[in-house]
Amino acid sequence: MLIVENLSVNYKAIKALVNLSCRVEQGEIVALIGANGAGKTTTLNSISGIVPASAGRVVFEGEEITKTLPHLIVKKGISQVPEGRRVFAKMSVLENLEMGAYIRSDTKGIAQEMERIFHLFPRLAERKKQLAKTLSGGEQQMLAMGRALMSQPRLLLLDEPSMGLAPMLVEKIFEIIQEINKTGTTIMLVEQNAHMALSIANRAYVLETGQVVLEGEAKELAENPEVRKAYLGE
Amino acid sequence: MLLQQLINGIALGSTYALIALGYTMVYGIITLINFAHGEIFMAGAFVGLFLVTVLKFNVFLAMAGAMIFCMIMGVVIELIAYRPLRKSSRLSALISAIGVSIFLSTLALMVFGADAKGFPDTAFPVQQVKILGAEISTLQLLIIGVSALLMLALEFIVQKTKIGKAMRATSEDYNTAALMGINVNRIISFTFALGSSLAAAGGVLVGLLFNAVSFNMGLMAGLKAFSAAVLGGIGSIPGAMLGGLLLGVAEVMGVAAGYSSYRDAIAFAILVLVLLVKPTGLLGQKIQKKV
Ligand SMILES: Nc1ncnc2c1ncn2[C@@H]1O[C@H](COP(=O)(O)OP(=O)(O)OP(=O)(O)O)[C@@H](O)[C@H]1O
Ligand SMILES: [Mg+2]
Repeated sequence: MLIVENLSVNYKAIKALVNLSCRVEQGEIVALIGANGAGKTTTLNSISGIVPASAGRVVFEGEEITKTLPHLIVKKGISQVPEGRRVFAKMSVLENLEMGAYIRSDTKGIAQEMERIFHLFPRLAERKKQLAKTLSGGEQQMLAMGRALMSQPRLLLLDEPSMGLAPMLVEKIFEIIQEINKTGTTIMLVEQNAHMALSIANRAYVLETGQVVLEGEAKELAENPEVRKAYLGE
Repeated sequence: MLLQQLINGIALGSTYALIALGYTMVYGIITLINFAHGEIFMAGAFVGLFLVTVLKFNVFLAMAGAMIFCMIMGVVIELIAYRPLRKSSRLSALISAIGVSIFLSTLALMVFGADAKGFPDTAFPVQQVKILGAEISTLQLLIIGVSALLMLALEFIVQKTKIGKAMRATSEDYNTAALMGINVNRIISFTFALGSSLAAAGGVLVGLLFNAVSFNMGLMAGLKAFSAAVLGGIGSIPGAMLGGLLLGVAEVMGVAAGYSSYRDAIAFAILVLVLLVKPTGLLGQKIQKKV
């Protein structure tokens, strides 16, 4: 479904990604794990078209999207939940969700989508009219996820959904990610919480300084001594 | 006569508010002080004058025509002078804006000459009406009425329409707006169109108020409106409205109190004061660095 081939990204003199390759098959949950500054966010932003690639290509459903503008990539079916949630703080919960549905104009479909999201995140339904900045961290994460789902993406990119959340809430969020996946949305999951990520992913990539250093079945990686030492705190 | 001065101040202040809105909206979305905004206002006044004197339009039609003209003008200026510099430093874009400003006022000087031109008396019948003991001219009523209407329309667009919401989203977080599928370039064009059309309406109204349209009218009006935007809190739409009105009232009151030779200095004194005491302005939020 998604093929990333020899992708390189530079921020001025900093080489953030060097010849990175990975792929995501239809229906999978693929995890991208790695330490701070490994290039996880850069990978997602490059797929979304927010940061330009200096070399390599990104192909989505057989079509090259390396140089496609971000808003057109959303139209092609890729949606991102950015790192740090980035909800529109001065807009209401409802308006945030409406922004998620920006590319759609089928009023009925949008309303149905919103119902589905309120079903998935009942907390949001209770807080419809509130400004997003008044939500708790966990609620903001839910809003950011709900907002990304409003465009009915076929591929959902999630950047550290567990960041700054209490363990209980992290479990809840990961359950919801699995639920979203079961209803047919393919997922690429960036996480520092390698333990949780590997427990729900089919496959995973381990990133170090902008390069893939390990890849494979999530279960196997979770058993790998190097991974256990470096990322699972053993 | 306090009420009298208050109304004079509100009429003048409404025109500042109309111009200030363009500064604040553009700043809100691309953190650029659009120095050419005053010249867009000037162009609006000239187009309005042309439509009234040459094509014999009535004031309302002339205003609408000027608004459409300046909408296009604002969009084109952004396209050729600011967009190519989007990824460069803020300073480059600012210098480009000053360049556009000088270019436009010089062009107007060459085309229309140095003398101020006035609207014909027939353009708008000015009468005095007495309200609660205050003498108000129908022109002042026109200015206040049209400004209020335009600001209400703007508020509706920004708060209720899809594109207005996208505008707010983009001004909060440019990259995340793009991740929603919002074509941010189109939103930026739309912002310039809105701001420029309001400035054009302001230009026609000011041209009528002072019965003078000249190549350099954008400079002083632009600086004052910019001060109003800063007073209200740059980036804040209600702030620009409030700042404009306050500045207009302060100016009129200052003149009434006998400081007429300091007329133009009042706005700048307020600007300096705001920058010293509360740089975020009355309704402004903390200034955030945009990525
Ligand atoms: N806008 C930027 N300008 C300059 N350098 C950047 C920028 N964004 C990221 N970098 C650098 O690129 C490298 C990769 O950063 P990236 O944000 O992709 O890492 P990450 O794996 O997401 O890290 P984290 O887990 O901390 O979120 C880092 O060295 C970082 O300092
Ligand atoms: Mg990151």
